[in-house]
Amino acid sequence: MKHALPWMLAAVLFAPAALRAQEPARIEQVKRGEYLVTTGLCHDCHTPLAMTPNGPEPDMTRALSGHPQDMVVTAPAPTSGPWMGSFWPTLTAWSGPWGVSFSANLTPDPETGRLRDFTEDQFLRTLRTGRHQGQGRQILPPMPWPFIGKMTDDDLKAIFAYLRQVKPINNKVPDPLPPAQ
Amino acid sequence: MTPITATSRPGLGFNGLLAAAAVALIVLVASMKSTPHAATGVPPPDLRDTGLYADFETLQIDARHLAFSPQYPLWTDGATKRRWISLPPGSAIDASDPDAWVFPAGTRLWKEFSFEGKRVETRIMERQADGQWRYAAYAWSADGRTAQLVPANGKRGAWPLGGGKSHTIPGVNDCKACHQGGRSEVLGFGLIQLSPDRDGLIARGLLVGLPPSARAARWTAVPAIERAATGYLHGNCGHCHNEQGPLRNLGLFLRQTAAEGSEPAIASTFDQPVKKPAPGLSADATSRIAPGQPERSALLKRIASRYPPLQMPPLGTELVDRQAVELLRRWIAESEPVSPSIHRPEKGPTQ
Repeated sequence: MKHALPWMLAAVLFAPAALRAQEPARIEQVKRGEYLVTTGLCHDCHTPLAMTPNGPEPDMTRALSGHPQDMVVTAPAPTSGPWMGSFWPTLTAWSGPWGVSFSANLTPDPETGRLRDFTEDQFLRTLRTGRHQGQGRQILPPMPWPFIGKMTDDDLKAIFAYLRQVKPINNKVPDPLPPAQ
Repeated sequence: MTPITATSRPGLGFNGLLAAAAVALIVLVASMKSTPHAATGVPPPDLRDTGLYADFETLQIDARHLAFSPQYPLWTDGATKRRWISLPPGSAIDASDPDAWVFPAGTRLWKEFSFEGKRVETRIMERQADGQWRYAAYAWSADGRTAQLVPANGKRGAWPLGGGKSHTIPGVNDCKACHQGGRSEVLGFGLIQLSPDRDGLIARGLLVGLPPSARAARWTAVPAIERAATGYLHGNCGHCHNEQGPLRNLGLFLRQTAAEGSEPAIASTFDQPVKKPAPGLSADATSRIAPGQPERSALLKRIASRYPPLQMPPLGTELVDRQAVELLRRWIAESEPVSPSIHRPEKGPTQ
């Protein structure tokens, strides 16, 4: 026990310092992630647009929470001629030859957040492969994963770190709809 | 060509083993006279230059390669497959970890896919000097005379499957999606898949270090239908759903191990609730496997679906494996809930 005491004291004294040393790097990583999410146009599809006197603008009270669950879409949009697809006024639902896709809730909501079960590794694999959790079903259009997936590991990790700490928003995004028969 | 198959064969006996070892020695010495295939970063544009064939014009396979067949093959829409492995001369596979064999640099594996008797594609994976595996696929021409490297993002429409569907030759990312889902990137050539044929590899000195306990591993204590069903899950699902890979946090363990056999597959599915229902999953399928109730078993629903967000496996197949679905349906229907009061076979492999 007398040998253990110095070690315990050292742990108490130095562990917080080590954690404090990590903190600036973590803050920098999150800031980098915020920058990339903002300039990488993630809000374009994952934050619903709302009509304002100035026209449609991102509804930041629902930032990154995906297609609003109260806006029910029941079928793909009819198209004709050379047109291939349509989008919902919020820019969070897209209709095309693949059916209807809904932008995901990227917030860390424990019940409805798409990334709630993702590890950092799975997040990177998802954006590198275009497959859910890196090995599952294909991510549907118009998610531009082939371009985002070319980011460096550090940049993708920064995005993941940022998304992990944004405000959680409870919003159950609907499942995709199959193409019209 | 020395075929390795999973079917049972009469024992060779001591003299037979000596003869096999002598043949193996001759083969190895003959191999050492040739120049080992250099592992380069870029796959050859033509299959003929990958070393599979002794004579490409007659499609004669190089006799130094070993043909093999896993006992639980991956379903690829009914494709007929042939497989070969080539080890660098004088090298061996390290099986010290029975569940994750280590293959020497320069190891090559080929898999040829045919539909209706016509070669459609041949895939190759090759271990590089830095330990990385390189993946490539070659599409056969319609006349079967040439096979060219397909682009890294694969090739759609490689063979019509009917109903507007067609076979897709996977891209490199899709190869990795399955092959990098566990501790070993080689999926069809391992302890469980080769079963008794691993003994032949050991006799030839091509497989070393396999612990005696694993060497004795057999699965005879498990009822035949459970063995077939969990074997199918091992071969078709376990490469992603296992305890070591990136998806381990799902808690779905369908890959068998030397120590535990198919027990983790039972424990992680029977009466286990679906954590996050996939799009299109019927509301009554609330358990991964509901013993005795196939209609309530999400695992079966997903294997029996080809609606892209729901189907399992999520890639590499366009058609449902009807035979497998019937096997799994019957197994689930005949199963009983896991309970301490119900006797189950001894855990893990038995002799």
